[in-house]
Amino acid sequence: MKNVIEIDHLSTYFYTEEGAVKAVNDVSLRVREGETVCIVGESGCGKSVTAMSVMGLVEEPAGKVVEGKIQFDGRDLLSLHKNELRHVRGNDIAMIFQEPMSSLNPVLTIGKQIMEPLMEHQRMNKKQARMRAIELIEMVGISRPEQIADSYPHQLSGGMLQRIMIAIAISCNPKLLIADEPTTALDVTIQAQILDMLRQIKADSNMSILLITHDLGVVAEIADYVIVMYSGKIVEEGDVVELFENPKHPYTQGLLRSKPIMGERQEELYSIPGQVPNPLELKESCYFHDRCEHCMAICQTKLPYLRDVAGRQKVACWLYEEVVEHV
Amino acid sequence: MSSISGSVTKTEAHQAAVTPIRSSLWRQALHRLRKNKLAMSGFIFIVFMLLACFAGPLFSPYADNKINPANMNAAPSLKHWLGTDMLGRDVLTRLLQAGRISLTVGIASMCISVILGSILGAVAAYYRGIVDQIIMRVADLLLTIPGLPILFIMGALLSEWKIPSEYRMYIVMLMLSFIGWPGLARLVRSQMLSIREREFMQAAIVLGLNDRRKLFNHMIPNIIPLLIVVATLSIGGAILSESVLSFFGLGVMPPTPTWGNMIDAANNLIDFEKHPWLWIPPGVAIFTTVIAINIFGDGLRDVLDPKQKK
Repeated sequence: MKNVIEIDHLSTYFYTEEGAVKAVNDVSLRVREGETVCIVGESGCGKSVTAMSVMGLVEEPAGKVVEGKIQFDGRDLLSLHKNELRHVRGNDIAMIFQEPMSSLNPVLTIGKQIMEPLMEHQRMNKKQARMRAIELIEMVGISRPEQIADSYPHQLSGGMLQRIMIAIAISCNPKLLIADEPTTALDVTIQAQILDMLRQIKADSNMSILLITHDLGVVAEIADYVIVMYSGKIVEEGDVVELFENPKHPYTQGLLRSKPIMGERQEELYSIPGQVPNPLELKESCYFHDRCEHCMAICQTKLPYLRDVAGRQKVACWLYEEVVEHV
Repeated sequence: MSSISGSVTKTEAHQAAVTPIRSSLWRQALHRLRKNKLAMSGFIFIVFMLLACFAGPLFSPYADNKINPANMNAAPSLKHWLGTDMLGRDVLTRLLQAGRISLTVGIASMCISVILGSILGAVAAYYRGIVDQIIMRVADLLLTIPGLPILFIMGALLSEWKIPSEYRMYIVMLMLSFIGWPGLARLVRSQMLSIREREFMQAAIVLGLNDRRKLFNHMIPNIIPLLIVVATLSIGGAILSESVLSFFGLGVMPPTPTWGNMIDAANNLIDFEKHPWLWIPPGVAIFTTVIAINIFGDGLRDVLDPKQKK
């Protein structure tokens, strides 16, 4: 299968008064055609910034993509001219945000907002764009599409608005859809519907999805491939089944243990002890070492690198380094 | 059969519940405005004034402004409701004709300064950096110099250059908008800066929309309510400035009448004491019109921009 997007050694820093925050630190990942890749991690682990870097949303001088390559369609997105990048956005890569309520312009009708990218990228005229917009609204499972097209965002519910966001995102048949916590602001039943829809759309159009979430339930539901991030670095990645059945990294193990299990009563839900390290105080060490049950001497002094373990699974942990184990 | 009819009524009821969706934002605002009695009375007065000034002279037997030496400075009577001036012209007719000019100048200069101010303010906020610096420093410069002296200097220059009286009206419009845009540009810029950071603007970037679409289709519609309010209020200001200029003989010049140059009669001690019908009517016209516009503008603000309520 062909890679749709290849991110190589991406590092994005934010500059604060106290120093540089390495929000994304040497992250490499690829999404293949028709594949759903999920990036999981807790708040502040750099998963959203990865997506923002791909879309060119990191605003200088506050933040900067310091190094790396983002290959899309044989082109490096980071070195594209502003105008070329604009034609990639919306047309080839689309993005959905977490808050559907605030991602739509409150003073424009739904229809107009769906029509805009169509007129911009597909060179449709107003009439064609409106027809297509109504088709799209129907496609995302909303009835009375013509009335909805004429209504304003505040007149619709959050679930409906997220469907509209998806309609806008898929309007130009993008090759890649980046969804940044698309279901976090919605309740569980709507969440399931939205995920179903994304899966359906993916199956119909062979689109790839890069989904960012902190919800392992969502991952289990939709992912083909999972990437676990911690403090700006990838700590483990692998096919969803392998990773869920046989998590290698203590952090992934902890995450999976802290998930409630259906039909089982637990006195107290497991939680990983400790806190995410302050991104300003990161030293050369495994960033997870002070929360890790298996912490060894080397973990406190050396950063582990990502290595293959089995199949497509990779892990960045000294536990799986045979040489070290004998030390 | 019964089940079919049942489902039909159900969908009908469903549709009835959602039909009033369209443009309900504006409709709601209109509804609230109608309930605001003070604002509505201001609005009715403005409409009355516009009708009187633009249609009134058509019904006047004195619309040709013929000089009548036999009937100079006549006091109000049934024939001349507001008397005649020193050339025997009907004051009421001239008042209405003056209203045409004053209102036109007010509205036109408001339009120009709103368009100029909002485009420049929006562009400054959107592009920031050097563009912002240039536009805003020019605006700051204009704001540091009091408006009236600039207008006086420009008016004096116009007289010096002997601009024909029929063109002066248009030049006065431009002068007033030249003074008016910086304040507006600042206001628009500050609003735009906050809109720029809203999440839907990020969504617009991600959709790959071009700058023109982002600016004019996404950002400016968000400040339309504010623009309407400010525009309305600034008509009053423009009418006042025009009157001041014309009163000093630096704006629109006679024989073209404006409310300002009609009050000029009050400069003459004899007219001031003996012929109050020459200067009281234009004074009252300016006063009431500006008050009505301000009341209406305030009402509009309450309706369109509830957050700004004191």
